[in-house]
Amino acid sequence: MNKNFSFKLHFPILVFGIAAPFLFPGLQLQIATLWVMVLFALTWDIMGGQMGYNSLGNILFFGVGMYTSVLFQVGQFADIAEYTSAHGGDSFTFTNAEYYQGLIIGIIMSGVVAAITAALLGWTVFGLRGPYFAIGTLGMAIAAGELMGTWEWVGAGSGISVPVFPGGAHTRSLLFYFLTFGAAILTFVTLQWVYKTRFGLAVNAIRDDEEKAEAMGIHTVRYKTVAWSISAFFVGISGALFGNITGIIEPLEVAFPTVTFGIFMVAMTLLGGKGTLWGPVLGAVLFHTLKEVTWTYFLGWQWVALGVLIIINVVFFQQGIMGWLMEKFPEKFGIVVENKEATR
Amino acid sequence: MTNYIIEVEGVSKSYGGVVANKGISMKVPDGKITGLIGPNGSGKTTLFNSIVGYHPIDEGSIKFKGEEISTYRVPKIARLGLLRTFQQTRIYSNMNCIENMLISIPHRKMGFADMFGEREDKQTMEEVERLLDFVGLYEKRRLRSGDLSFGQQKLLEFAMALMNKPEVLLLDEPTAGINPTLINGLIDRLRRANEEFGITLFVIEHNMRVIMNMAESIYCLAHGEMLAHGSPDEIQNDQRVIDAYLGAH
Repeated sequence: MNKNFSFKLHFPILVFGIAAPFLFPGLQLQIATLWVMVLFALTWDIMGGQMGYNSLGNILFFGVGMYTSVLFQVGQFADIAEYTSAHGGDSFTFTNAEYYQGLIIGIIMSGVVAAITAALLGWTVFGLRGPYFAIGTLGMAIAAGELMGTWEWVGAGSGISVPVFPGGAHTRSLLFYFLTFGAAILTFVTLQWVYKTRFGLAVNAIRDDEEKAEAMGIHTVRYKTVAWSISAFFVGISGALFGNITGIIEPLEVAFPTVTFGIFMVAMTLLGGKGTLWGPVLGAVLFHTLKEVTWTYFLGWQWVALGVLIIINVVFFQQGIMGWLMEKFPEKFGIVVENKEATR
Repeated sequence: MTNYIIEVEGVSKSYGGVVANKGISMKVPDGKITGLIGPNGSGKTTLFNSIVGYHPIDEGSIKFKGEEISTYRVPKIARLGLLRTFQQTRIYSNMNCIENMLISIPHRKMGFADMFGEREDKQTMEEVERLLDFVGLYEKRRLRSGDLSFGQQKLLEFAMALMNKPEVLLLDEPTAGINPTLINGLIDRLRRANEEFGITLFVIEHNMRVIMNMAESIYCLAHGEMLAHGSPDEIQNDQRVIDAYLGAH
């Protein structure tokens, strides 16, 4: 049995993920969004939690992935300028084969282009530290949204619609449900692996004392660039999927939602406990559940409720739920004094 | 003939209008312990920072094993085998001692794929445990290093430096803030690092008893200039050195 897989923890989640759309068909979209949220929190934590670079602009890669995907989905079979000026999907039809080929290539390229974007941007903003990095990345994400809003070729402010799914509505939502679930699992498994390699130690070292890490000869720039690229790769893929779920890509609200998703990823990670593998997952589940419940039952108060949650989190337990547990029960996490006789 | 591993020639460095180092020339012999003393603000740490590439120098030349390194940046110089410790102890405080040690392995030949390499192979773990044992932190190896006492953090930093297998270790006040009992243990370990592992030591130290006992030759800085150089005996009896320390200059 693989030691990375536990029957008590991973198995129930896997079963829930697979059974959920059939058990709760009415909540399918909400649960698909939950997986996107889990992915958001996990990828934000690579930078903010594990490496100590609080990026407020990771949502940039969501938009980059979303646009990249639609451009590949359309661009392989039609002229993009004509497509956007005709306002999308209805006047252009794609065959089944074209649709699926476009979708697969679109999803892969969304990750690749987002990762390359991160590497290039990292080259310019990794000189910034602390709050300056946060504000610098936030500025980039906002600027990206505004720039896309002026670019006629991709539909400017009125956006661009994704190719219409060739099957029924039910099949469509099932397909994208499982794609988001798969993306979240792929993200989790990848991070679980990289954190156990030298990479995990190196980014933690950069978080704790970057100057010391440099003085010890660690290739800090290389690690930082790769960390952000990994993060961007998965966010880019989530963008591709979310764009296809929404159907229409609009720059400010859908592709670059800086003040909603962009902030949620930070809030969820802080709630669950940054710098841990399970913290972001836990935070995303709690945050998303609370958000959906307040949206459904206390409409009008939903932002207040989220605001209160964030304030309680930041004022009373900054270390998040996982961090609090580690402080409370250190021995459960292997933080113990061990003398030689006991171990040898 | 003595082999010099670090050769500093006419190095100057100023911060704005303040001249911190002026025309400094000095040599660190291979395999020996060399001391650097001087009153507060005399430019010792500035010289250290110049050697390890922390800031660009205004003029002069710095050679490590004959290679000009004055234009290299910090990580590259560290990977050449020239390592420094900090005056204010610096460790990765949210990681435990083992993790601190594991990431301190030499990064000299790290390729891209090594980023995702195995971090706890048997040989490395044995080395980690041996060195943690060497500095007396074996029992506390799974504790957060930030929770250790200041002296223990200093020992951990020293063990991390050894883990990196440097050829030269620049130590900035290794005994500052350590209680007298621990100081003896630390001196003993520094000597053993020099003798057993063959690491050249270049040490800034304020504790005269320590440096006079350890070093074979000592340089003294004052007001950013090299004031004197000699054996511990010569330095101790040098009137210029005594004046510099007592403020008559």
